[in-house]
Amino acid sequence: MTLTALQRDFRSWLTGEATDAAARFGKRALPGLAVYLNNYRGQLMACLAESFATVRAWLGDTVFDGAAATHIDRLPPHSWTLDAYALEFPDTLEVLYPDDPEVGDLARLERGLGRALVGRDAESLGLAAMAHVDWSAAILELVPTFSLLPVTTNAAAIWSAIAAEQTPPGAAVLDVPALIAVWRREDSPTFRTLGPTEASAIFMVLDGRTFGDICAMIADEVGEEEGSQVAGNLLGRWIGEGMIERIAS
Amino acid sequence: MLEKRQFGLGLRKPHYRDFLGGTDAVPVDFVEVISENFMVDGGRPLHVLMRVRERHPVALHGVSMSAGSADGVRDDYLGRLRALVDMIDPIFVSDHLSWSRFERFSSHDLLPLPYTREALDVVCANIHRAQDVLGRTMLIENPSTYLSLPGDMTEWEFLDAICGRTGCGLLLDVNNIYVSASNHGFAAQAYLSGIPADRVCQIHLAGHSQGRELLIDTHDKPVPDPVWSLYASALERVGPVATMIERDDDIPPLCDLLAELDVARDIAQGNLRRAA
Repeated sequence: MTLTALQRDFRSWLTGEATDAAARFGKRALPGLAVYLNNYRGQLMACLAESFATVRAWLGDTVFDGAAATHIDRLPPHSWTLDAYALEFPDTLEVLYPDDPEVGDLARLERGLGRALVGRDAESLGLAAMAHVDWSAAILELVPTFSLLPVTTNAAAIWSAIAAEQTPPGAAVLDVPALIAVWRREDSPTFRTLGPTEASAIFMVLDGRTFGDICAMIADEVGEEEGSQVAGNLLGRWIGEGMIERIAS
Repeated sequence: MLEKRQFGLGLRKPHYRDFLGGTDAVPVDFVEVISENFMVDGGRPLHVLMRVRERHPVALHGVSMSAGSADGVRDDYLGRLRALVDMIDPIFVSDHLSWSRFERFSSHDLLPLPYTREALDVVCANIHRAQDVLGRTMLIENPSTYLSLPGDMTEWEFLDAICGRTGCGLLLDVNNIYVSASNHGFAAQAYLSGIPADRVCQIHLAGHSQGRELLIDTHDKPVPDPVWSLYASALERVGPVATMIERDDDIPPLCDLLAELDVARDIAQGNLRRAA
């Protein structure tokens, strides 16, 4: 058997328990093949359990393990990093639980936090960067770990309760879909649900619009006088929460 | 006198606080980390490693290079590893005599190779490629295996040939020798006699578990007595080289692993006294 044929057979055994492929290794190889199969599936199960500990707590161990086994059957890993294997698990959960949208939302939130944990480091925004800024022309750049997650359920409240080891609320669909901002603040991934005005402002930041444009948008929404205060509060909050990496003019 | 950097431990998450806190460094000569855990863009894992690096030399030990892949090693993997090597300046860069990837499939397990001339050509070409990208020689570790594939040579002859053709060094895992010897019925001492002793740069020690029919390399128990005995034999054969204990599951408090490392120190000192 060539090395290519051997590796193809081994893959068939691990991903589909192909008995014809196993037979080509000979009867004496069966105990060993069973060990490799157990190691392979166990490694992937552990990866999913670790990456989605909150989803596991929400679903319960037995249900979660069943979903993870389905994912392993459905999608063999294809990247050298196990981190990548976890990325597609939310898609499997959405297929498995179409009537429980909070499961998919919760999984995508947990995936977003996991990505933020190991995302590129941001440069620190020092006080000097904010001196002599022409705010009307200023363009804000968000930290590289920043992402937006659209949700239709109260997944954020469920996640927070489980993280705090409190009884989570029941699943509920939101009156209107919401956006969750996910980013890493220093070493800790964090998230916050955005209100409609802030969500619009963040979209403008992502589009590269100036802070002056954002102030004008908010003024149109809430009036000139209150608009300045709302815009100033948002800017202060973004900077204070470590969302901004750079201010360019 | 033992060389510096002689005794190390794997750096694992439950012990981060021990390695980062306090005014006294943990009494090890080096730490070893799983390379892939730190081949990331940023964040806490890298921050922790850089801080530990200020106190201890670091060895990078990989599990995903797939040196035995029939279709070669992946450039994106090697590029990431090179970036980490440049950042850390490790004392060793190692991976396994195994394969884990074939075409678009990555098993994330160390799968066995047939010790054939064809496989030897593949492994040597892949190690050459890796060493070219990394700009340095690597260490290759003997694996634990659970099935024996038809081949042209023994595992130790295969390792000897790899070292000769690529210039790489050996990371000798004494527990893996014990496990594979038990599983396949060869003599561990014959293995030790057959390896190129002068190419062994590092030794791994670990525990294993008894499966239904085979020993399994689980890294979830203390180093057992037969592996300590084999370690003593290995040191007689290869002389004093860097030794570290791997523990990846059921990880105990750091003090327990430091106590195990003291056993390794005692055995190594005893070997040196006998040799003097």
